[in-house]
Amino acid sequence: MAKSKPIVDTGIHFIDGNMACAEGAIAAGCRFVSGYPITPSTEVVEHMAKRFPEIGGMFIQMEDELAASICFQGAVWSGVKGMTVTSGPGFSLMMEHVGLAAALETPSVFVDVQRAGPSTGLPTAPAQQDMMQARWGSHGDYEIIALSPSSPQECFDYIVTCFNLSEKYRCPVFFMMDETVGHMHGKVKIPDASQIDVLERQNTTRPPGEYQPYKIYEGSVPEMVKVGMGHRIHITGLTHDEQGYPAMNADAQQTLVKRLCSKITDNVDDISIIKTENIDDSDVVVISYGITSRIAEYAVNTTREQGINAGTAQLVTIWPFNDRAMMEIASKTKNIIVAEMNLGQIVNEVRRAVGNAVPVHFLGNAGGRTISPELMIGKIREVTR
Amino acid sequence: MSKVDIRICGMGGQGVIMSGLVIGKAASIYEDKWSTMLQSFGPEARGSTCAAQVMIDDVHIGYPYIDKADIFLVFSQAGYEKYIAELKEGAILVYEDELITLDERVPKGVKTCGIPATRIAQEQIGKVITFNMVMLGYFARATEAISLDALKKSIVDSVPHGTGEMNLKAFNAGYNYTAE
Repeated sequence: MAKSKPIVDTGIHFIDGNMACAEGAIAAGCRFVSGYPITPSTEVVEHMAKRFPEIGGMFIQMEDELAASICFQGAVWSGVKGMTVTSGPGFSLMMEHVGLAAALETPSVFVDVQRAGPSTGLPTAPAQQDMMQARWGSHGDYEIIALSPSSPQECFDYIVTCFNLSEKYRCPVFFMMDETVGHMHGKVKIPDASQIDVLERQNTTRPPGEYQPYKIYEGSVPEMVKVGMGHRIHITGLTHDEQGYPAMNADAQQTLVKRLCSKITDNVDDISIIKTENIDDSDVVVISYGITSRIAEYAVNTTREQGINAGTAQLVTIWPFNDRAMMEIASKTKNIIVAEMNLGQIVNEVRRAVGNAVPVHFLGNAGGRTISPELMIGKIREVTR
Repeated sequence: MSKVDIRICGMGGQGVIMSGLVIGKAASIYEDKWSTMLQSFGPEARGSTCAAQVMIDDVHIGYPYIDKADIFLVFSQAGYEKYIAELKEGAILVYEDELITLDERVPKGVKTCGIPATRIAQEQIGKVITFNMVMLGYFARATEAISLDALKKSIVDSVPHGTGEMNLKAFNAGYNYTAE
């Protein structure tokens, strides 16, 4: 028998993004996954189903994505960290429970390994077409957090960030991967467990009777509690008061929904991760995320060798959208190109954020393949001519 | 060579993706370089023509897809037909010479290295399943793209527990092969 792996599989590995995501989730403390396996995300749950029995976690394959997206939320309220994993068609089905997670303020992580849509589309081909769905897919006003990794290493690193943010802000956190990043093997350095910054669940220390599940004692996020601590609580997707009971009036609605949004929008700087290279005094900056950022890296390096003053900005955090950071980029460059594997989603956010400060050009496709470096190099040359 | 683009193609089941995994792992873990590996996904990985593409570099790799390869490791005639034109000048073609017949489509200046790996796996190891390890051994000598030591460590780390010795034997048989 081969020896079973430690909880955090410290060392250098050559693994794909899906496996790196699974290992990162485990390192972040995730011990419950409910899923309905779907290409191209299947390896994430496959790997967790294999690893969990060794480390005291549980994977459950549900009957569909509706069930998968609510099952783990129950586990979270019982005190563990949980997530679900899917791709486009399943992501659509999960939207009901994204809204519930937002309303209940369940610390929850949704992984979407994006494939080309709409509908069942191209199951084995990449796309970045679910970016707006992540933001707006469920009904009502609410805010979420979404991160997008560009390599297997970032799959490991940033799924940990997703779990930490979900604990800190108690909202749905999306990990927007894509088929290429999910299936691409690459070098992944998994640090020693002591070197990984993990935010543990902060349960209330207030005694039963005094504690109220949606009262704000400090900051803008309520205190979590877990089943079995002796607190009798009520949680509901209906508009609720501080005690968690339905409050069927417009004032309660204003108070609750404004806070659900402001706890995120007031903390954009804390949440946002944007990696920039060579943007100062540049002629063009390519803004991109996920796998497209690797192509931008290649295209910009190639054009820089040819004397073009180009830079890159990788949006690791997509939502909440960092308008201020976009304005800062606009103030340092003459042109912006937004590249993404869709027909124009985040580009409109960039345009909204920068207004008329600089021209914002778009480079995209309808998914199914990554944007070719030649096209991107051509676009960089075109706008800097 | 700093950046090396390696394409591997054959039939699903011949160990195409395992070969890519072994090479990528050897480079990124045991030679501390950067490497990416992309593979065919879906039904083709289980029966029809299937491919893996491995990039190795001293620096971080941006775009991970291969246009034209420096090294083409090919296991089947269909794989040869599909990618023979996609080679760089001076590329190295490592092929199974009892399964593949070369023709005029081999681009000029390409170094060709053939080995009857299926027969070697059957006759010397007694298991055709070790065919890809024989190919990897020959690839190691013909291309010198990766050190022998790194490849051997990667094989032991990648194959099922308890089969390391057999796979290394197959690898060595490929490495030591000389055409008659």
